[in-house]
Amino acid sequence: MSIFLNENSKVIVQGMTGSEGRKHTQRMLASGTAIVGGVNPRKAGQSVDFEGASVPVFGGVAEAMKETGADVTVVFVPPAGAKDAVIEAVDAQIGLAVVITEGIPVHDSTYSWAHAQGGSTRIIGPNCPGLISPERSNAGIIPADITKAGRIGLVSKSGTLTYQMMYELRDIGFSTCVGIGGDPVIGTTHIDCLQAFQDDPETEAIVMIGEIGGDAEERAADFIRASVTKPVVGYVAGFTAPEGKTMGHAGAIVSGSAGTAQAKKEALEAAGVRVGKTPSETARLMRDIVGA
Amino acid sequence: MTPCTPPRRCGDPVSRGIRCLFVDLFEYQARDLLASHGVPVLPGGVAETPEQAEAIAREIAAPVVVKAQVKTGGRGKAGGVKLAADADEARARAQDILGLDIKGHTTHRVMVAQASDIAEEYYFSYLLDRANRTFLAMASVEGGMEIEEIAVSKPEALARIPVDATVGVDSEKAAAIVDAAGFPAEVRDQVIAVAVQLWDVFSGEDATLVEVNPLAKAPDGTVLALDAKVTLDDNARFRHPEHAALEDTASTDPLEAAAKEKDLNYVKLDGEVGVIGNGAGLVMSTLDVVAYAGEEFGGVRPANFLDIGGGASAEVMANGLQIILSDPAVKSVFVNVFGGITACDAVANGIVAALQLLGDAATKPLVVRLDGNNVEEGRRILAEAGHPLVTLVDTMDGAARRAAELAAA
Repeated sequence: MSIFLNENSKVIVQGMTGSEGRKHTQRMLASGTAIVGGVNPRKAGQSVDFEGASVPVFGGVAEAMKETGADVTVVFVPPAGAKDAVIEAVDAQIGLAVVITEGIPVHDSTYSWAHAQGGSTRIIGPNCPGLISPERSNAGIIPADITKAGRIGLVSKSGTLTYQMMYELRDIGFSTCVGIGGDPVIGTTHIDCLQAFQDDPETEAIVMIGEIGGDAEERAADFIRASVTKPVVGYVAGFTAPEGKTMGHAGAIVSGSAGTAQAKKEALEAAGVRVGKTPSETARLMRDIVGA
Repeated sequence: MTPCTPPRRCGDPVSRGIRCLFVDLFEYQARDLLASHGVPVLPGGVAETPEQAEAIAREIAAPVVVKAQVKTGGRGKAGGVKLAADADEARARAQDILGLDIKGHTTHRVMVAQASDIAEEYYFSYLLDRANRTFLAMASVEGGMEIEEIAVSKPEALARIPVDATVGVDSEKAAAIVDAAGFPAEVRDQVIAVAVQLWDVFSGEDATLVEVNPLAKAPDGTVLALDAKVTLDDNARFRHPEHAALEDTASTDPLEAAAKEKDLNYVKLDGEVGVIGNGAGLVMSTLDVVAYAGEEFGGVRPANFLDIGGGASAEVMANGLQIILSDPAVKSVFVNVFGGITACDAVANGIVAALQLLGDAATKPLVVRLDGNNVEEGRRILAEAGHPLVTLVDTMDGAARRAAELAAA
């Protein structure tokens, strides 16, 4: 099994005709993903040829869903158009929108999130590598050939640390790896993924990767203590990042956390999570748990 | 506008990795921005010399306050805020304050503003509530103290009202905020108007923080924004090309300025091991691993943060190496790349080409750790090139140890 994405997922790509969209659509196809269409209102009715596949372009998300049965969209639309692209996906009630675009203004992300409330779309990202259920489906830019299918679940704020961990534990393999992105406002959180992995019968243990900023890891630690019975191993990056100059203090009042790597590590350990000092040590801790 | 370097957190603890997305304005810039949206402020201007301060005070023709423009709190206690009765005194006070070091920040500018008698002090802010993924209005009639003190000692005195990003703040919403905070009847309408104007600043300028403290009532009953902090979202620059003019080039580290010119995501730190890697998380992790390894070698630390992104092309690698090698504090360099989208053979070719481009300018030992796609081929390319400065180490932890050892030698 896997979470959010499986071999039956039908994936469309918003921004498929741009250079990034085209490059990564090719990669997703090569890793066996069912890419059923692209979206670009100016190129509706055309199709794009990839090695071994011709993918039709639709004028909108709703039309693409109606014609293909798509239930996942991957968004490569540049920052200025990303908000409208996400709103369109939400309004079409697609099940999962994976927003890869980097550099979206936080006002736009916050607006998109507010707009999606009460709807039926799960948003992952923005500014994330997407997610992969190895050997089943790959929605985003995660390299598919560095790991295999298996029984570990992975959720991470960081792209390259996700890849590093997938590679270190490639002999055991992963049910699903989710890169949730490190932007201040994101859709799917550590907690959402922890819940889904807890409920997924084929996930035996979970790796959680965090980094400085915000208090998502602290809240995830509370959630683990209350609701996760599967073993969790953690890693937090940013212990040596320098203290910034703090101006307004309003933010710290709201978050109630200093956001430091140390604070996150302590919160996770207090919830029974084993936290590695380096990515490789974290992989070893996971190896001890799953016995491989 | 400085990317609050070293940029770990500003306003809200918000950064993508070590790189700051949000940039704090100086007080005078915040004041001008508020004024341009109609928020009532007192007359004033910014000066870089005592003579300019004198001229501004002469124009105001009233007692003025001379305030150090630094992006840190506690400037009053540090002697950075002084009253002046007339233009001559303003000049003398500016002379005192310019150049003053306040918590490590050099004062390059002062703001000269009309002094105001204050009858009452209030607090008002809009900010991003990251945890709840919404905007938040905070308001209090308890002025005259730091807002974090109010939040702790009298939490009931600080109204916190979520603002729906899809709706915003109109006068009806503003009235709800103002009434929740219990503003007195005689200023209610004025504060409602200011609350709408401040929302206009917050949403119209893509700010993540607009904080007025104090929002003051003058003896004649007029409500004024006396001091403000504004933080802008750098990602929204494409909507606000005019924000480029707010950039603070005077306070930028020269290596960071050079890196920025080459579009590199670089932050200068205080150690000896230069670090290059791909991806913000991996590079942050590399800094940590170098610092741990350095504990064994007399406390060697990372010299910088440099994320060359997923691509890791030869040109970007060469630019990055050039910046790092030009830092006199650097004694060794750790190149830590995970080959994902760009496979290791391409990265290895990039490193070889970068060293060729640099030629004699490459003078410090390089420890390279490559892992991921096509790693065998990547390592073979580097081994074959046989550059005398390059050491290949297979693991991240081992490579960090070697780089720290070389930096300590």
